[in-house]
Amino acid sequence: MEAQLILENGKRFSGKLFGAKKNVVGEVVFTTGMTGYQETLTDPSFAGQIVTMTFPLIGNYGINFEDMEADKVNLTAFVVREKCDHPSNFRNEMTLDEFLKQQGVVGLEGIDTRALTKILRVSGCMKGVIVTGNPSDDEINNMLKSLDNSDVIMRTTTKERYTLNRKAKIHVAFIDLGAKDGILRELQKRDCRISVFAADVKPEEILDQKPDLVFLSNGPGDPLDAPGTVDTVKALIGKLPVCGICMGHQIIGLALGAKTKKLKFGHHGGNQPVKDLQTGNVYITSQNHNYIVSDLPPDVIETFINVNDGTCEGIRHKTLPIQSVQFHPEASPGPLDVGFLFDRFLEEVK
Amino acid sequence: MPIDKSIKKVLVIGSGPIVIGQAAEFDYSGTQACQAIKEEGVEVVLVNSNPATIMTDRQMADKTYIEPLTIEYLEKIIKKERPDSIIAGMGGQTGLNMTCELYDRGILDKYNVRVIGTSIESIKEGEDRDSFKKLMERTNQPIAPSEIVTDVDSGLAFAQEIGYPVIVRPAYTLGGTGGGIAETPDELAEILAQGLHLSRVGQVLLEKSIKGWKEIEFEVIRDGHGNCITVCSMENIDPVGVHTGDSIVVAPALTLADKEYQMLRKAAIDIINSIEIKGGCNVQFALDPNSFNYAVIEINPRVSRSSALASKATGYPIAKISAKIALGYDLDEILNAVTGKTYACFEPAIDYVVTKIPKWPFDKFFTAKRNLGTKMMATGEIMSIGNSLEASLLKGIRSLEIGQFTLERESSKKRSIIELRKRVCVPDDERLFDLAELIRRNYRLEKIAEITGMDMFFLVKIKNIVDKEEECKKLSLDELDHDTLKEYKKFGFSDKGMAQLMGCSAEDIYNKRKELGIYPAYKMVDTCAGEFEAVSPYYYSTYDDENEAEPSKNKKVIVIGSGPIRIGQGIEFDYCSVHSIFALKKAGVETIIINNNPETVSTDFDTSDKLYFEPLTEEDVYNIIEMEKPDGVILQFGGQTAIKLANFLDKMNVPILGTQPKYIDEAEDREKFDDLLEKLDIKRPKGKAIWTVEEGIEEANVLEYPLLVRPSYVLGGQGMEITHNEEELVRYLSEAFHKDKKNPVLIDRYLGGRELEVDAICDGTDVLIPGIMEHLEKAGVHSGDSISIYPPQNVPEHIIEKIKDVTYKIAIELKVVGMINIQFIEFKNELYIIEVNPRSSRTVPYITKVTNVPVIDIATRIMMGETLKDMGYSTGIAKQTRTVAVKVPVFSTEKLPQVEVSLGPEMRSTGEVLGVGSNFLEAMYKGFIAAGTPIPKEGSRILVSVRDSDKDNFLPIAKAFAGMGCKFISTAGTAKYLEGHGFKVEVCKKISEGIPNVLDIIRSGMVDMIIDIPKKGNDANSEGFKMRRCAAECSIPMMTSLDTVGALVKVMEEKLSPENTEIVELNEIK
Repeated sequence: MEAQLILENGKRFSGKLFGAKKNVVGEVVFTTGMTGYQETLTDPSFAGQIVTMTFPLIGNYGINFEDMEADKVNLTAFVVREKCDHPSNFRNEMTLDEFLKQQGVVGLEGIDTRALTKILRVSGCMKGVIVTGNPSDDEINNMLKSLDNSDVIMRTTTKERYTLNRKAKIHVAFIDLGAKDGILRELQKRDCRISVFAADVKPEEILDQKPDLVFLSNGPGDPLDAPGTVDTVKALIGKLPVCGICMGHQIIGLALGAKTKKLKFGHHGGNQPVKDLQTGNVYITSQNHNYIVSDLPPDVIETFINVNDGTCEGIRHKTLPIQSVQFHPEASPGPLDVGFLFDRFLEEVK
Repeated sequence: MPIDKSIKKVLVIGSGPIVIGQAAEFDYSGTQACQAIKEEGVEVVLVNSNPATIMTDRQMADKTYIEPLTIEYLEKIIKKERPDSIIAGMGGQTGLNMTCELYDRGILDKYNVRVIGTSIESIKEGEDRDSFKKLMERTNQPIAPSEIVTDVDSGLAFAQEIGYPVIVRPAYTLGGTGGGIAETPDELAEILAQGLHLSRVGQVLLEKSIKGWKEIEFEVIRDGHGNCITVCSMENIDPVGVHTGDSIVVAPALTLADKEYQMLRKAAIDIINSIEIKGGCNVQFALDPNSFNYAVIEINPRVSRSSALASKATGYPIAKISAKIALGYDLDEILNAVTGKTYACFEPAIDYVVTKIPKWPFDKFFTAKRNLGTKMMATGEIMSIGNSLEASLLKGIRSLEIGQFTLERESSKKRSIIELRKRVCVPDDERLFDLAELIRRNYRLEKIAEITGMDMFFLVKIKNIVDKEEECKKLSLDELDHDTLKEYKKFGFSDKGMAQLMGCSAEDIYNKRKELGIYPAYKMVDTCAGEFEAVSPYYYSTYDDENEAEPSKNKKVIVIGSGPIRIGQGIEFDYCSVHSIFALKKAGVETIIINNNPETVSTDFDTSDKLYFEPLTEEDVYNIIEMEKPDGVILQFGGQTAIKLANFLDKMNVPILGTQPKYIDEAEDREKFDDLLEKLDIKRPKGKAIWTVEEGIEEANVLEYPLLVRPSYVLGGQGMEITHNEEELVRYLSEAFHKDKKNPVLIDRYLGGRELEVDAICDGTDVLIPGIMEHLEKAGVHSGDSISIYPPQNVPEHIIEKIKDVTYKIAIELKVVGMINIQFIEFKNELYIIEVNPRSSRTVPYITKVTNVPVIDIATRIMMGETLKDMGYSTGIAKQTRTVAVKVPVFSTEKLPQVEVSLGPEMRSTGEVLGVGSNFLEAMYKGFIAAGTPIPKEGSRILVSVRDSDKDNFLPIAKAFAGMGCKFISTAGTAKYLEGHGFKVEVCKKISEGIPNVLDIIRSGMVDMIIDIPKKGNDANSEGFKMRRCAAECSIPMMTSLDTVGALVKVMEEKLSPENTEIVELNEIK
């Protein structure tokens, strides 16, 4: 079925619908990863977003049920140049099209994704709708106006508390802001018992559990939309070691008195170089964020920066056991170069 | 770390002559390296024996030596130049091996030269099979069960243990030379014996075959700090079993899930970190399609063919970055030249699909065994970019210049389904078309995947093209509406392809496109999938709506490149294209290049102001012209590939700079050219086109034997023969007319005289001849295969005058503007003309370097309107040098089974070297050494076989050999003759006379050199052919022309050595 992606600035792209067929609105972003579309689909950080892949051929190896980053597709719509209807891989279980249908998620193919990417690069992320037929400008404007991602964290966080790896040694209080399973897997691998809390957890609930470490996950949206979580972290600082990734990193930054800023079009992809300011080593990392931490207070030091644009990619408190990174050491998708950071996080427990 | 200030002078070793497995990619990497080092203010000393390269130009390095790549000469250069550093990985396997040897022999230590970039220890760890195995164990990397063997028996025993089939890989050889897959002990014994012989260290790796696994490559770069990135992944469409150089390759890898991709990426990085590579490195994996199991196949700790491909596929200049790393920089200190903002420490993201298809020489060598295996056979390759695999693949096949615009191929169409089924299991150059045909006939896809090991993903893509082709056949021109046509164009169909399928002309489709307003849109290759604003002027076509290649209003010229490297059209033409670009740039003109060869300097995105990486077909070229609206297009430098576009572009009213198509045609059309010669009173060997055997016999009696005969429809001397009598002529003609009744055969009087050649530059008024070249071998040997001498040594003054005169007349009469190449024969004191090429030729780089006349620069400026007088030149021959330079051809026939080895009218050489000396013999000596022909020593054993007609001519040579203590071995015929003239000869059996025969003697290594002057070549059943093949495969030096042997003897008598010959820096040529 013919459909259009219409951007906030009026620019239109015509393509064909696949997956679920309905009209949707979301924030349009692009990711440059050449593999890992399945992890991208399920990554909760993309909640509320229309995600376009810059790589033109998507769905080549199908969908398997091992490489999921959450138990459902979290993004709003998936835009590709060409989807593959005859995937080939020994783990392939179903096609991308069928999977999106099952998940009720809209797909759009046949788009000049490079032209779209260039618009986003120049104008920054913007809202967009995917619609069929010929809706009027008013209808489109109403749809665009209706987009509200301010509660996106609460929409993706766990609905109830649960525990993983009950018998493990290190006890981690894990605040789920829309966490990728990959982070939980890495912690489990390292002998962590994980108590998973929702984003609106109160500090007392965590302190009651007497964990060894508080860990804040990645998640979608703007950290300023989660003031409750920031307050919780503020209350825990000084009492427990705190670590975090991506959104977790931004929340920690805010709790420490830093600021956050929105990037023009964010960092999304598996090829982002970051420099470890202590060793001078550069690593290729997986990233997916629109906001960054900035204006660090004097007791917080920058640990990593992005080699391309110099933005903050990691912080550490000068005296307290607090550290976090903006990128994804759990990869999935993306390079495995910085998996060692999980060990570094857990050193804070000692 | 920033640059290491203690590095002041670096020695760069090139890769020598172009051979199969080591082609133009090393000119690209070497040129980049020289520039990258020079721009840091570090002095560069360059050595390369190959004069056809851009890297050996005076302006590329500070000091340039075109000298043999042997330890002795390298030591002389080191001793004279005293570089403080050497960089190992830029000159392919040759550069690497030479550096290792200089190190091993203590020469680097002796002169305090340190190796920068990847260290010798690291190189050896990666290259030496035994330490590679240990390295894999240490880094926990799986490899196929394997063992290093140094003799045949232990090899057979090991194979028994792991089971057949087994793969044989000799250590330190390029392009898999001497390797192969053995299914049985007999096969193994044969391949192993050869492999052991060819390996520099007598080591061969035997490995259990993992044929059928996916073959995946990663290009990795690591700096001295330990930062490590992967530039690109590549996936072979042909699974493990076909050499990667002979495989169709796509980038990035297309069938791997992120988990598999990251697993291999991490493995590559772990390996590179473990051996502490400093620069580029290539890692090849085999991946089980049905599990996460993988095996590391090999690593190449240097820039390579794959790294050239990865550089062009991504826009990331691997050789340049490797050179910077060698100088001390870290990746995060080197700017990404494409974006100008980000740094080299990132991984390129690409948003298109790249396809590489090898170019094989089988169109020239139709007798060759075409089966592809672990030994590389391709002479070159093309790369194509599209935003779907289908579009990319279709662009690829039309870039190959094999007359294919669709997947439908006549030869495949003729085959039965049973034949096709058989053929797809044994890969050869036509497999893609056979596969398509099998699919077209509804053979089940899953089964094809099973019998070929190819991934279903790729087969489905081929099926998509086939289905679309079938659909297209049903269309008619009238019903072609905008949306339908756009859909086909977007899918990747060419106008010509559609026309063939629909039964109309390409022009019809083009007009329809024009009517409907369907034009390509060009997208940028920017290393980052659009994430950052890029400044790279590097484009490919799509049929999307948004065009990124905005034409400027500047004065601009398009230079058409020469496509893939093939026999007869090699790196020389890239040299010419690039120099034309340089000249135009100097003149302040915006330069645009169109080419599709990923191995070349011309397709480096910063060579020209704009690069279009596109097929060189009429449509693809014209699309660009139509958008860019250049002030002119230059065709003269792109070989036959560009010249053959002349008439079409002329018809489309495109301004062609230089000689006009009408005159190009006059030179290329035999009849028109004959008329012209008659008018100018210039002699050419008499000849005629004949249509029957009888007519041939009649004509032969008029012309007199010997006669040069050739089919009229082929170029480049293919199928050309010299017939000495009626019997031979009748046999040739019967065969020729049996094969093809529709075209005449050309017969010419054969003049066995001295061949001479000129490249000249004409501005319409004056004609400058930079130099005359004399061929060592008599006419009858293709000019590309003969040894060429400058300045001429044996040509009388009146002939020189005559050459000047004739060249002037022809150039003026043909209204040449720019380059012309003319070949002559001097026969019985008369000058005859045999060929005129109204374009730049393969000798241009050679003559430019030797004479220091900037030939291409002048020719380009003339095309832009300047005159020779403006530039201070006038009609005549440029001042001759006293220094003598001899160009010696280099062959790759050992890599091409069943291909004739002896010299003849068909060109067979893949590359060339130059010997430079103060006199002919010194230059000739160096030429032989550089070409890998060792000079026989006293006591050498020489196997001799001379045809009857040349036996008498051989006597003085035999005498000279005997005088130097050489011993002869011959079969009965030659032996009897030589004995009859008082020579001692050891007689050996012919092949038909039982065992041990001449082949056993060759294989045993008892023979140091073979002199075989055959009566005629190309007969695979003849004893001589078998003997020559055997010699080639055993790498025994062989000469097949008495003229060459004569020169060799003179060189021997001179007792030259590296000690008593001088090295010559290019600027010292006088």
